Amino acid sequence: MSDFDPGRWKPAPFLPEADARDGALTFVVATLCFLACLTALTVLATDRAARGWSDQLTGQATVIVRPKGAETPDSAAARAAEALSGVPGVGEVRALEKEKAQALVAPWLGDAADLDDLPVPRLVAVELDRKAPATAQALDRALKAQGLDAVVDDHSVWLKDIQHAAGFARWIGIGVFTLIAAAAGAVVAFATRAGLTARHEVVEVLHLAGAEDDFIARLFQVRFARMAAIAGLFGATGAAIMGAILRLMGGGQGLTPVLPVAWTDLLAVLPCPVAAGLVAAVAARLTAQGLIAKMT
Amino acid sequence: MSRQPHAQGALDADRAILAFDDVSMRYGRGPETLKDLSFSLAPGSFHFLTGASGAGKSSLLKLIYLAAKPSKGLMHLFGQDVSAIPVKEQPMLRRRIGVVFQEFRLLDHMTAFDNTALPLRIAGRKPDSYRQDVAELLAWVGLRSRMHAMPATLAGGEKQRLAIARAVVNRPDILLADEPTGNVDHEMGLRILRLFVELNRLGTTVLIATHDQDLVARSGKPVLHLEDGRLTALGPVGGAA
Ligand SMILES: Nc1ncnc2c1ncn2[C@@H]1O[C@H](COP(=O)(O)OP(=O)(O)OP(=O)(O)O)[C@@H](O)[C@H]1O
Ligand SMILES: [Mg+2]
Repeated sequence: MSDFDPGRWKPAPFLPEADARDGALTFVVATLCFLACLTALTVLATDRAARGWSDQLTGQATVIVRPKGAETPDSAAARAAEALSGVPGVGEVRALEKEKAQALVAPWLGDAADLDDLPVPRLVAVELDRKAPATAQALDRALKAQGLDAVVDDHSVWLKDIQHAAGFARWIGIGVFTLIAAAAGAVVAFATRAGLTARHEVVEVLHLAGAEDDFIARLFQVRFARMAAIAGLFGATGAAIMGAILRLMGGGQGLTPVLPVAWTDLLAVLPCPVAAGLVAAVAARLTAQGLIAKMT
Repeated sequence: MSRQPHAQGALDADRAILAFDDVSMRYGRGPETLKDLSFSLAPGSFHFLTGASGAGKSSLLKLIYLAAKPSKGLMHLFGQDVSAIPVKEQPMLRRRIGVVFQEFRLLDHMTAFDNTALPLRIAGRKPDSYRQDVAELLAWVGLRSRMHAMPATLAGGEKQRLAIARAVVNRPDILLADEPTGNVDHEMGLRILRLFVELNRLGTTVLIATHDQDLVARSGKPVLHLEDGRLTALGPVGGAA
């Protein structure tokens, strides 16, 4: 090629261009970042779901009132409601109408039965003050003082179970996320190592030609940090799209009760490209320094 | 500092550009590859390094270009005790040493021109200050029409000449060449020798490892001879220095 003009020559990059090997690495890193982000979204959604369930339960108590003697169920329920509303820590109190109470037992007794003839207990729904809720005992005492035959259910049995389940789910989520994030980090580190070792010849030639160790390390650091960050971006974007789809399918108030994803949750994927880039940078630096150290 | 008797003509370590004092070297936990070497090279001198295959020629050069450490003994380079040179200062020393590697070590992703310019770029020179020099040097080693070629497309002899161009482009204080004429014809071998002599005349200290007895005889330069890791001859052989 005699038409080469030194006057127009521009220095080539010190490092070889990315090749097919790097494509495969990018794919693997992107996939693990995708999984890690998806797990993070799942953990957030699980946490929100668990909090939702227990919130609904802590704010409420149900009182079952059985009419005694000649008293009508309606009057017993009304007296109970009045007694309960005087207890500190109680908000709104509502005696459920006959129809509601009957509707609740209907599935067991069937439509055919004439429920009006049965002494169906009445339900009183009690909204509790969320900050300082009245205890079941306090409610019980108030009802006893009025001579009412009533059972208080503050959902504490359910609540405990649900809180246990929610805590368990959260820890599993965090555990899985930690594992996948660690695996993603390890893959980034290994991929960087492999990519750099495949180019050890470049490291050696630059080193022998008098390039400073730091200069060489920086070349690889920048290259691999960028590659991992781009892969992380792909993975994070993929996970965010999945999250957005879940959110859209769930609708307004998180109608998918199992995984209520919030728009703000999607922000959780943001650190992923940065973290991937950082891990790759550190791995590249350490590997380059290791290769150089092995040469002398 | 005490001197080995066979190292007559040895200079004091601080006057020599390179001085070995009872230096041995081994790879890992293996046997000693180089044994008790003592010699020194005066600035501006020109030596050949001969010896059978496996005698340790490349290993000796490795010690000099700081790619290996002595397992024993004292080595002075540019008047400095090598074992006392901080890692941070080693790159600066390496830039003063040009090396033609036996296996060339060209960068496959760069053109011949880029490979040649590499030491200048690493030294921080601006492209405009050297682009014409690089072109002239490549023309001089017969690669005028191959400046834009990738190493993979070069013939063995062309690669060798490219490796030589890269080693001398920065006008090093010391030039080490490992079998620089192994892949070229007689004519080109002489041409390369002339290039080395020219550089030497400009002040570069030259040490060439070779099997080419004809080249050694023609040059009339002194010889360091290695036999199984030991230095057996130092000084002019068959001619004046
Ligand atoms: N990287 C290495 N690791 C272990 N042993 C090595 C290494 N390089 C060389 N050797 C050994 O050191 C000895 C000297 O090798 P060296 O390459 O210095 O010889 P040489 O004189 O350059 O030979 P040649 O003329 O074939 O190039 C040989 O026995 C060789 O096997
Ligand atoms: Mg050799």
